[in-house]
Amino acid sequence: MTAETPAIRPPIAMLAELTHRCPLSCPYCSNPIELALQEREIDTETWKSVFRQAADLGVLQLHLSGGEPASRRDLEELVGAARDAGLYTNLITSGIGLSERRLKALDEAGLDHVQLSLQGTDAAMADEIGGYRGGFDRKMKVAGWIADIGFPLTLNAVLHRRNLHQLPRAIEMAVEMGARRIEVATVQFHGWALKNRDTLMPTREQAREADRIVTEARARLKGTLVIDYVPADYHSDYPKRCMGGWGTTGLNVAPDGKVLPCHAAESIPHLTFDNVRDTPLRDIWYEGSAFQAYRGTEWMSEPCKSCERKTVDFGGCRCQAMAIVGDASATDPVCIKSPHHGALVAQADAHAASVEARLVYRSAPGKPVVEPVD
Amino acid sequence: MQPEDVPYLPRGVRVHRDRVRDAWVLLAPERAITLDAIGHAILTELDGERSFGAITEALAAKYNASPDEIAQDSAGFLRALKDRRFLEVR
Repeated sequence: MTAETPAIRPPIAMLAELTHRCPLSCPYCSNPIELALQEREIDTETWKSVFRQAADLGVLQLHLSGGEPASRRDLEELVGAARDAGLYTNLITSGIGLSERRLKALDEAGLDHVQLSLQGTDAAMADEIGGYRGGFDRKMKVAGWIADIGFPLTLNAVLHRRNLHQLPRAIEMAVEMGARRIEVATVQFHGWALKNRDTLMPTREQAREADRIVTEARARLKGTLVIDYVPADYHSDYPKRCMGGWGTTGLNVAPDGKVLPCHAAESIPHLTFDNVRDTPLRDIWYEGSAFQAYRGTEWMSEPCKSCERKTVDFGGCRCQAMAIVGDASATDPVCIKSPHHGALVAQADAHAASVEARLVYRSAPGKPVVEPVD
Repeated sequence: MQPEDVPYLPRGVRVHRDRVRDAWVLLAPERAITLDAIGHAILTELDGERSFGAITEALAAKYNASPDEIAQDSAGFLRALKDRRFLEVR
């Protein structure tokens, strides 16, 4: 560290991917293509230790995710341990695998908040996208139990070309469910979603219409429903400040104990990741090579290096630069200053205009990817 | 915020001592907000029973200020929390 390098601050949030197992097989799953097997998952006691280490390190918010976190039988015990460590506990779930009994046990364990995903606003859409028949009906039951218990709820609507027309109904559903917040998340093209760009890429018109719907709903529902919005990435002029800045705000623990600066970081082949099985979380955060790789601005080249926005968005997403440009230290091609921006725009329009290809569903851990054949 | 309103923190929103950063924070769904001394003083007065008027009077006595001043200082803060659904009023 040189004198000009700002001190590394403690992380605020940790995403704990408890498992890659999931009853659904959404074609935009953010899990890596190479899924962790159940026998490689870290055990209950290791997770508990990780939660205590995280709290000692300065983490305030714990997001329990997956895969489907309810696929872990020890979920209730893990929530209790996280609360005991002093963490705010957020369960990110599809609802599948939760019963009224389990939700009551999670309530007793001290669960603070539930984020429920929405694949579509009716059974036909939701079950097709999730690849799980009966999933939507079950989810609606779970939403009812969540409301009965009184958990604060966020509805997380994942949107793409197939279901963007359902956005107004998704917002209505959030209000009907008593959610305080909805995340309107346009699919980000990482992991499995990269395989499905021809099917999922929104059109420019859809992206604009979503902007309009969100702006209108925010004004109309002020004080009733908070709307957090992730706009369509490829149709933007500037990239997102990914992860709040690499190694500044959050960290992600994968099911096998690997610690990642973001959930897609394994797509950057030259990075190596430390594991909570052999290294203290504190050392990984402050000294781990994957976290140091893109911290701050030293690693940047042009056009980022001399850009006035370099500490606004930190050059955007490293994984996207890797996936599109083939260089993780390049400017995110979403940026209008990137020499690859024009190609990305053309690519986005081509994907959006493509004749509907078949969806490539996420597979189960250890199972091969099933590529559709016509 | 009217004097007779009873503001309270709903389930899932709580004041937390951040021992690592040596600060008070408000923890809410997927948010953590650092509280200054005034924010912390106001939020710890909310008990779900006393009205905004009673709370501003209590704070005025405690900090040797006028209730109007306290009400003015805190109304904007509480309204911002309410807009984000981190605060309810009954």
